[in-house]
Amino acid sequence: MPVDTANMTKVFERPKSLTDARYTYCPGCHHGILTRIIGQAIDELGIVERTVGIAPVGCSVFAYLWYRCDGIQVAHGRASAVATGIKRANPNLIVFSYQGDGDFTSIGTAESIHAANRGENITVIFVNNQIYGMTGGEMAPTTLIGQRTTTTPEGRDASLSGYPIRFSEMIAQLDAPVYVTRQALFDTRRIADATKAITKAFENQVTGKGYSLVEVLATCPTNWRMTPIQANEHVRKNVIQVYPIGDLIDRGA
Amino acid sequence: MGERVLLRGNEVIAESAIRAGCECYFAYPITPQAELLEHMARNMPRLGRTFVQAESEIAAISMVHGAAACGVRTMTSSSSPGISLKQEGISYLAGSNLPAVIVNIVRGGPGLGNIAPAQCDYFQATKGGGHGDYHIIVLAPSTVPEAGELTMRAFDLADKYRTPVMILADGMLGQMMEPVELLEPIDPATLPSKDWALTGAKGRDPNIILSFDLSPERLKEMNLLLQEKYAKIVASEVRHEETLTDDAEIVIAAYGTVARIAKSVLRMAREEGIKVGLFRPVTLWPFPYDPLKSLAERVDTVLTVEMSAGQMWEDVRLAVAERAKTPFYGELGGVVPTPRGILSEVKKHAR
Repeated sequence: MPVDTANMTKVFERPKSLTDARYTYCPGCHHGILTRIIGQAIDELGIVERTVGIAPVGCSVFAYLWYRCDGIQVAHGRASAVATGIKRANPNLIVFSYQGDGDFTSIGTAESIHAANRGENITVIFVNNQIYGMTGGEMAPTTLIGQRTTTTPEGRDASLSGYPIRFSEMIAQLDAPVYVTRQALFDTRRIADATKAITKAFENQVTGKGYSLVEVLATCPTNWRMTPIQANEHVRKNVIQVYPIGDLIDRGA
Repeated sequence: MGERVLLRGNEVIAESAIRAGCECYFAYPITPQAELLEHMARNMPRLGRTFVQAESEIAAISMVHGAAACGVRTMTSSSSPGISLKQEGISYLAGSNLPAVIVNIVRGGPGLGNIAPAQCDYFQATKGGGHGDYHIIVLAPSTVPEAGELTMRAFDLADKYRTPVMILADGMLGQMMEPVELLEPIDPATLPSKDWALTGAKGRDPNIILSFDLSPERLKEMNLLLQEKYAKIVASEVRHEETLTDDAEIVIAAYGTVARIAKSVLRMAREEGIKVGLFRPVTLWPFPYDPLKSLAERVDTVLTVEMSAGQMWEDVRLAVAERAKTPFYGELGGVVPTPRGILSEVKKHAR
């Protein structure tokens, strides 16, 4: 039956700050949801004309394709240092880095911690899917104990490769950061919460409050060898046991 | 005319960067360039400009990456081991067509080496340094005043070609004090605007700065554009200096501190009746192959003298080919050649 759209009210649409480019992510992966809610936050604050997005190395290397704002692709792990350079060069810009767990908590450890410790007035979106997605599913510092990856084929063994790193908790120990939170996307309630958190993290920058970090627990159905639904359940049942959801610090109030 | 002051090389480079309109400086402490960092720490904030002591050399060059992308004049400085760490970022800057200035006050290597003057980073500076098919412009001052002039010139070249430019000096130049006439400061606000820079996509399409493309065909195009740029630099920016080469039978090829020492040797040798001249590359990349080739047509010997095991010597031999003899004399590990030491090498090759 043909649908008459003439008298309908549009209640849901693509955020205006997003382009029409198709995502390069696998089906069921949370990067797409996250990209969208960052777009919603940028729309809500009306900042797209002064925002610069920083794309890392990894699955989100193409992150600059999806926003109608200026963008730059940078070296693996260095996004927080590049963000520092951009924000210091032009404090009027709203700068966000989008970094995976390998980028942010492994090769970029020093850059991640020190940008936070200097209290750079930037917004960091840290996507934690406990694995290296793009290179084929290797162990990350965030990989759960016992989790099988291509470099821990028998499961991660703490005696050989340490424990899942709770990086946001480390950042939350520092004096300078304003807002550090961990969010998830496995159901609509969490997506709504994550959207609020990301909006707040941008708002803190707009109002000059300082450094905000939003860790987002994401799925990687492809490399976890799960269906998207199984992957969501895995986050709900197992991942949040190791990485509890919620605000770690909120000094922006 | 500018202000005449007595300063050490590190301070002259720092002050000249400020006068060139450098708005953002990022670095990590290392000897023998610490005075450069300290001069910037004292003066950049006072001028309302950015000084950040980075957590590492890698972070410092990554901050330069960000600032350069915003279109401001930006610089980092270090010494040999620190420059090794910066190579990742230099490759990104080159691949992203971003202008920036990098100062290397070279010390003895490899590894931790020592903190004495050396020229052992010539290969790293002129042949690429990091990954990928790229070059950076490399300028080699041989006096403290020239270090100042070339620092200001480095910023102009970086902007003109959207490329990283390196000042390759050594610990001697960094530490030595000389009277210097500082050049007039440039107001950064008067510099041409950069329409490619990240300034916010207001009233225009987004500007995106990249050094990558997964398509081999398109990445090849990006590389060909880089190569075209390098060809233009080679055609227009080669600089060298010749001293007493008109009647010379032997020419010393040397750059930086060694070239300056060699100038004393010219006088000493000529007092003994040996006709010696000096060929001094000012740009190490692009290397002055053609001028050296022409000179080699009319001399017997081109003696390369370096504080390395013979790195520039390779370029000298490429230029001279079989036109003249190409002996080499080098000192290593931070040992600086003396005028007498060079003179005795010259005598070995005199007719």
